[in-house]
Amino acid sequence: MEQLFFVIFAGIALIGAVNLLLRRNPLYAALSLLTTMAALTGLYIMLKAYFIAVIQVIIYAGAIVVLFLFVIMLFNIRAVERQTDRRGYLKWLALPFAIILIGQFLYIVRLFEENPTPVGTEIGFTEAVGRKLFTAYLLPFELTSVLILAAIIGAVVLAQKE
Amino acid sequence: MILQQIPANPIYGYLPIVVFLIIALLFPLVILGLMKLFRPENPQPPKLSPYECGVDPQRDARERFSVRFYLVAMLFLIFDVETIFLFPWAVIYDRLAIFGLIEIAVFIGILIVGYYYAWRKGALEWV
Amino acid sequence: MDIALEAALKIAVILFIVLTFLAYLVLFERKILGWIQLRVGPNRVGPWGLLQPLADLLKFIAKEDVTPDTPNRVLFALAPALALVPPLMALAVIPFGSTIELFGRKIALQITDINVGLLYVFALGSLEVYGIILAGWSSNSKYSLLGGLRSAAQMISYELALTLSVAGVLIQAGTLSLSEIVHVQSGYYFGIIPRWHVFWYQPLGFIIFFIAAVAETNRVPFDLPEAESELVAGYHTEYSSIKFAMFFVGEYAAMFVVSALATTLFLGGWTGPGAERVPLLGVLYFSLKTGFFLFVYIWLRGTLPRFRYDQLMQFGWKVLVPMAFANIFISSALALWR
Repeated sequence: MEQLFFVIFAGIALIGAVNLLLRRNPLYAALSLLTTMAALTGLYIMLKAYFIAVIQVIIYAGAIVVLFLFVIMLFNIRAVERQTDRRGYLKWLALPFAIILIGQFLYIVRLFEENPTPVGTEIGFTEAVGRKLFTAYLLPFELTSVLILAAIIGAVVLAQKE
Repeated sequence: MILQQIPANPIYGYLPIVVFLIIALLFPLVILGLMKLFRPENPQPPKLSPYECGVDPQRDARERFSVRFYLVAMLFLIFDVETIFLFPWAVIYDRLAIFGLIEIAVFIGILIVGYYYAWRKGALEWV
Repeated sequence: MDIALEAALKIAVILFIVLTFLAYLVLFERKILGWIQLRVGPNRVGPWGLLQPLADLLKFIAKEDVTPDTPNRVLFALAPALALVPPLMALAVIPFGSTIELFGRKIALQITDINVGLLYVFALGSLEVYGIILAGWSSNSKYSLLGGLRSAAQMISYELALTLSVAGVLIQAGTLSLSEIVHVQSGYYFGIIPRWHVFWYQPLGFIIFFIAAVAETNRVPFDLPEAESELVAGYHTEYSSIKFAMFFVGEYAAMFVVSALATTLFLGGWTGPGAERVPLLGVLYFSLKTGFFLFVYIWLRGTLPRFRYDQLMQFGWKVLVPMAFANIFISSALALWR
């Protein structure tokens, strides 16, 4: 049962990701990204990370992809399409980056295979996340607000330039 | 759900949501499919043209529009991230007590600076 | 499998009841608007116009479904479904009552009680914007595009105030599970005043929540996306027949969900005198409280004029958001003092 669900969610996520790369029209690419995000939510729930799962929907699907759609619609979509192939040489950079990424990923998987962390049923609850976040990881949490502050200033400055 | 059989693992609480998702996705599809049998279909060029009060449409509908929309989406995204942090905080506030109040006062305090900056720079105006 | 089957049955029953209820809500809306304007409202189809919803349905089915000349035909068909599915799915976590006994089994009057129930509703709420934005885009019409964009910007702006306004409730309830939030509010202070959050420390949060909720569902006085005088019908200008009906039902379902959520968070959900012993009484209380909010929606529509768009955006960002921040500080200070 569990494996069936995993295969379904992972399959949808992969199809969405591949579709994202193949689509010419940026609008459809953004919608493929949305599909992938939705499927990832299912995977998070299966990992018992319930809080992260809903956050995934609220932030990624509900805010980031909406922002993408706005930006795509902000520029005349046909003008954007015409410019897509201007910098063809950039795609050769993708290969080394992909190799580094896969290497990192394998390294992390190995790391967890060697010392697996025990996971209780309540680890993904909002309360558990809060308890960790507001005691052990308090400093990173407070620093996040500085990061968000920088983002606010950046957004305002960027929009006023245009 | 049957109370006596409530499983210990909370993941089973999400099974009805999957069932609901399947039903909710099938619902519009079935309606759209079924209704095709009943309704007339008689397309004509003037009927299919976008509605513009009877005048023939000029130019494309997809024009560039105000940068304001982009700015609102951006600010929303940023503040939404901040709001999310409030949820785990509010839920365990009872245990954090005065410590929790100080923590969130610092967090929101820094963000209010950003909010004030956006306000002063006119990012919240819509003209 | 047992869980899945029982869930499917419950979903079917709840969907049937809620959709029928929404059909009659439209009739009552027209009746009440009629009375407010000293008219009689619909009264031709059946006694007191009671068969009007059925006539409307038949008309939606029998009308031609026009797909305008657009390069995005698939998106055009997908958009109404995207507007309808999220508000329906949000019904999954609403506690309609306590537990009833049926055929010797105990059945909770809630489809599923998940640990992050409140965030689940907000997550679906944040997806509602897609149906509208894609409808506006795929219609290939200027009115639709402008309506869709306005609506999307409005919804995300007020979503912020909506999410911030519930933080106070969470401080007091200490949980995100909607059924537990209801339980926290059972009982009375001084023997008479119910322990609802609207009375105990959260009146400000309640006001912000309700205003933001009206804006989030695009209703009067925040119905800018459908401002007839300037945008014809906004994002659904080009929609007809059953696809239009799907937008319509989606909007009313969203109203119902938001009202049910306001009931659950601030008015004690299904609690009330005798509701613990007679579960059906709890369902009645829940319906009355939710119905009250829906009546206020209609009342507002019959009373208030529409905002101007710049006023609307400024009200959201410059009034509601700071008020919600203030509410968080007040509630956390009060919780400390208590």
